[in-house]
Amino acid sequence: MTSNADAGTTGPELGDYTDKPEGPVTAAILAAGIGSFALGLLTTLAEANERIKEFLNFYDPVGPLSGKTVGAVAVWLVAWIVLHVLYRGKAVESRKELAISLVLIGLGLLGTFPIFFQAFAPPE
Amino acid sequence: MSLTHHEFWTLVHGMVFGAVFLLGFAGGLEGLWSLRPHLMTAEGIRGRALRLKIGTTAMAVAAWGTVLTGTWIVYPWYREDVPDSPRSVLLADPAREQWHHFGMEWKEHIAWISPILATLVAFIVLYYGAGLILHERLRRTTLALFVLAFSIAAVAGILGALITKTAPLI
Repeated sequence: MTSNADAGTTGPELGDYTDKPEGPVTAAILAAGIGSFALGLLTTLAEANERIKEFLNFYDPVGPLSGKTVGAVAVWLVAWIVLHVLYRGKAVESRKELAISLVLIGLGLLGTFPIFFQAFAPPE
Repeated sequence: MSLTHHEFWTLVHGMVFGAVFLLGFAGGLEGLWSLRPHLMTAEGIRGRALRLKIGTTAMAVAAWGTVLTGTWIVYPWYREDVPDSPRSVLLADPAREQWHHFGMEWKEHIAWISPILATLVAFIVLYYGAGLILHERLRRTTLALFVLAFSIAAVAGILGALITKTAPLI
């Protein structure tokens, strides 16, 4: 099995431990970014468009928050499964994917910040 | 001394899951921080890896428990269209309406990013186990994501506590 252990690291004795490829971790990192971004996007879209807000109202007592959160979690899980299949067994380094994921998480945080998403609300 | 049905679930949402979340974070942070070859023996690494797995998994489970109970049990009572619901009380007072428009709107959305990140951290720790000590770059990445998950939950938690203080759910 291919190893991604950091070059030059003097590893401690871990008995019969066999190192694992970084691919599945890379997939999980990217998927988390996609899920976070999906939440920010759905939050902003629901604010900007009344039809989308109504569509996301999966359960009346919770309102559109039900659709935003179920949608974001569904996007995250589907992305994780697809990316896991693509990356499993790959001895990639997750640097580039981490950078992409952090940007997506940042956009997700921006999209869930009220001053940002309320700016897209239609004028009353 | 008694709790109403609403107060009970508010307590489960904020205090029970919140306490597990904090404990998991404290244990996980210490475990990830000190998981470095020059600080540990091989035997110490295995013991640390087990506690790290428990801590990060507990934090992820608590994060999911918090957002699920918050969104699907407590939030409907908060936003109920009756005069004495917290949302109605806040919106009826111009001096306090920003607690809803800014505070609650931010809390209810941002909180959901925390369990996604906490699950990612738990996955990395469960995947590599003791072997994470061989991956210094990934250990630092995991530590940063762990702190980010906690910080996001802290924003939601602090806002939740302040909103509950301003307009309690009774």
